[in-house]
Amino acid sequence: MERGEEKMSNIIETPEQAKQDATYYQALRELLLQLADDDLLISFRGSEWLGLAPHIEEDVAYSSITQNTMGHAVMYYNLLEELGEGRADILAHDRQPDERRNGCYLEKRNGEGMYLEEPYYDWALAVVRNYFYETCKKIKLEAIANSSYQPLAHVARKVLMEHPYHLAHWKLWMKQLQSSTDEAKKRMQTRIDEAWVEFADVLELGNLATDMRKHRLVTISEEEIKDKWLDEVKTILVDLPEGPVGKKYGSGRNGEHTDDLKQALDILAEVYNSDKAAAW
Amino acid sequence: MKEITRQEEIFNVLKTVDDPELPSVSVYDLGMVHDVRIDGNSVEIKMVPTFAGCPALEFIEMNVKKAVEELAWVRACQVKFTMEIQWSTDAITDKGKEELKKHGIAPPPENFRPGDEWTVNCPYCNSDYTSMENIFGPTACRSILYCMACRNPFEAMKPVVQPLNTNY
Repeated sequence: MERGEEKMSNIIETPEQAKQDATYYQALRELLLQLADDDLLISFRGSEWLGLAPHIEEDVAYSSITQNTMGHAVMYYNLLEELGEGRADILAHDRQPDERRNGCYLEKRNGEGMYLEEPYYDWALAVVRNYFYETCKKIKLEAIANSSYQPLAHVARKVLMEHPYHLAHWKLWMKQLQSSTDEAKKRMQTRIDEAWVEFADVLELGNLATDMRKHRLVTISEEEIKDKWLDEVKTILVDLPEGPVGKKYGSGRNGEHTDDLKQALDILAEVYNSDKAAAW
Repeated sequence: MKEITRQEEIFNVLKTVDDPELPSVSVYDLGMVHDVRIDGNSVEIKMVPTFAGCPALEFIEMNVKKAVEELAWVRACQVKFTMEIQWSTDAITDKGKEELKKHGIAPPPENFRPGDEWTVNCPYCNSDYTSMENIFGPTACRSILYCMACRNPFEAMKPVVQPLNTNY
């Protein structure tokens, strides 16, 4: 037991060291996929808004956030590449939906229609989704800033320096739209209620949550993540939905997904799929 | 003695490689150079990325490699981005700040702490009668502002610093 505890406090500095313990490695791999896939999917949905945001300055802001978030996904995929999980590009483009680990709510379509034709997207969804996600992201980043896997801790510390701009942006939109016209309030509440029954797996860490905590890959538990998130959103939500946060479509952490993920991946990887051997 | 001279030679080259999105501001003055190691004819340069999502990083890597390899004695230069230390806007040199201004970009504030009020002086007329148009700008590191005094739109580099109360 003593030995085990000693091991837990170890700092793992390289991929080679991480591979020496199979359970450590598996938990690390899962965590990295979750972090990478979350950022990839939310920034893919963000990229579909390009040119369609409510006003020109918002278009600049949202696309800047989206580009930066895609950069965060790249850093996690690079860590996976260093572990020998395959090239970052392939990890992003060429994994089947059941291999994806993002929370289901993040793959949800932006609204009706498609960005190329009749995009009846819903700004309330964009605001609620991004605010809920960025709030969760901050808590998770703080929980991995002291991760036992040093390369991951370094990435988290880096992202934490950029993230305040993202969170502040969506928090402002939340406050403003919740105190705006009756229509705005109603549309915001509809999306908040919808998120409430779908968002839980974004907050969770999947089947290997216990191992992640045991090996200090994350320094707080899933329950603590949820509690912190609730405490934070309570300060912003005007009308807090009743009941616990649910996961209507199952857990994306364990590879359960909706058809919206396939739709997203088909577009995301359309060019890649057209010629997988091409050198870009 | 010889090694020190070569090290200086490399730094002099790095002072000439500009950020592609900020012409006239070198990667050295942006505080992106972390470590230079010389082993015979091989050079390894560790660099610190600015913003994670910055698409210029790959070009910077290419340009640095190319410029260093133009030195007669260098056979190969390897450029690596490291996350071991985190870039902050405090790493920008005084020369870098002056060059930013020439480019119409107000330099980031000094000794900024999260939560501080961020006042920006116009890079053209130095007035502090300015307004923030958009905290986000054409690149991740910049914001868009307007000077009420000289009536010029301008940009500013936003402060990127470590959050308060961290335990790492």
